[in-house]
Amino acid sequence: MNFSNEYPLSASVNAQDHLQGSPNAQITLVEYGDYQCPYCGQAYPIVKKMQEAFGDKLCFVFRNFPLSQIHEHAFAAAEAAEVADDYGKFWEMHDTLYEHQRHLDLPHLMQYAQDLGIDAQEFVEKLRNNEKAQRVKTDFMSGVESGVNGTPSFYINNYKYDGPWDYNSLHKVIEAILAH
Amino acid sequence: MLIPQGQLAPDFRLHIGNGSLDNKPENFTDLAAFKGKNLILAFYPADWSDVCGSQLALYNELLDVFAQYDAVLVGISVDGAFCHKAFKEHNNLKMLLLCDFEPKGAMSKQYGAYNETLGVCERAIYVIDKSGYVQYSYVSPMGVNPGAKEILETLKKIN
Repeated sequence: MNFSNEYPLSASVNAQDHLQGSPNAQITLVEYGDYQCPYCGQAYPIVKKMQEAFGDKLCFVFRNFPLSQIHEHAFAAAEAAEVADDYGKFWEMHDTLYEHQRHLDLPHLMQYAQDLGIDAQEFVEKLRNNEKAQRVKTDFMSGVESGVNGTPSFYINNYKYDGPWDYNSLHKVIEAILAH
Repeated sequence: MLIPQGQLAPDFRLHIGNGSLDNKPENFTDLAAFKGKNLILAFYPADWSDVCGSQLALYNELLDVFAQYDAVLVGISVDGAFCHKAFKEHNNLKMLLLCDFEPKGAMSKQYGAYNETLGVCERAIYVIDKSGYVQYSYVSPMGVNPGAKEILETLKKIN
């Protein structure tokens, strides 16, 4: 089923991760993603639909994998979502960023923070101090060590999934695992 | 066939893909130029292909990490100097891209990384240590980006 046994996650899903759903769900879907990557933008609504379709059987985890040399705003966007996490708004920021992929420069990031009720001054300070840079880099390196070779890269129940990730393909794969 | 681990890497001299056709020494590089460094060779089929683009974009993010292990990465394909230059600029690539252009594929053939049918480099990776010995060699299917996991594991082992 297009799983790569050579590439398990080097860091299993853990308390540091951002997750939606129960860690005990039958299916754990981990995405390594870049907020400025158009393919990740395409994957974003597909993952949402997958969450709707499988409900509490699916746990979704997002890890940062910004390709900052080709996507100039990707790293700051990743940091912005991590800063938003300090205010309990990680997923709100994650969604906002994917819904506004073409507008990820600093003024826009500030606006999104403000819209989420985060103090813009404090938010910018945290970005300027690169408070979350290490976190983003740690995610990135865990991806490299797990064989991430581009974005988005998906891992289903700990193993790298190399098949197509359009809605029907992904749905079929998850259904098959659940039927096992 | 790829050169296996433990063998001495053969010498090469290639034109640097910097968009210059001047026959000056600084526009060429060879194996000796990397002596004292670990050298990662990333052979790839063609500038501008999707997979090559994302493979090199990934390595581009990791150049600092490679440097921590005293390693330098260069990309090699049969594309010419101006093609490399445009590809590099378009993708903001920081590594050297070398032209195995004339005689076409000569170095890639020496390294067992040439696809005769298509006339392009295979997607092959070498890690060569500071003394010039092959520590890792791998050829990936043409359409599969091999990532960097094994490169890093090899560098950790040899440092």
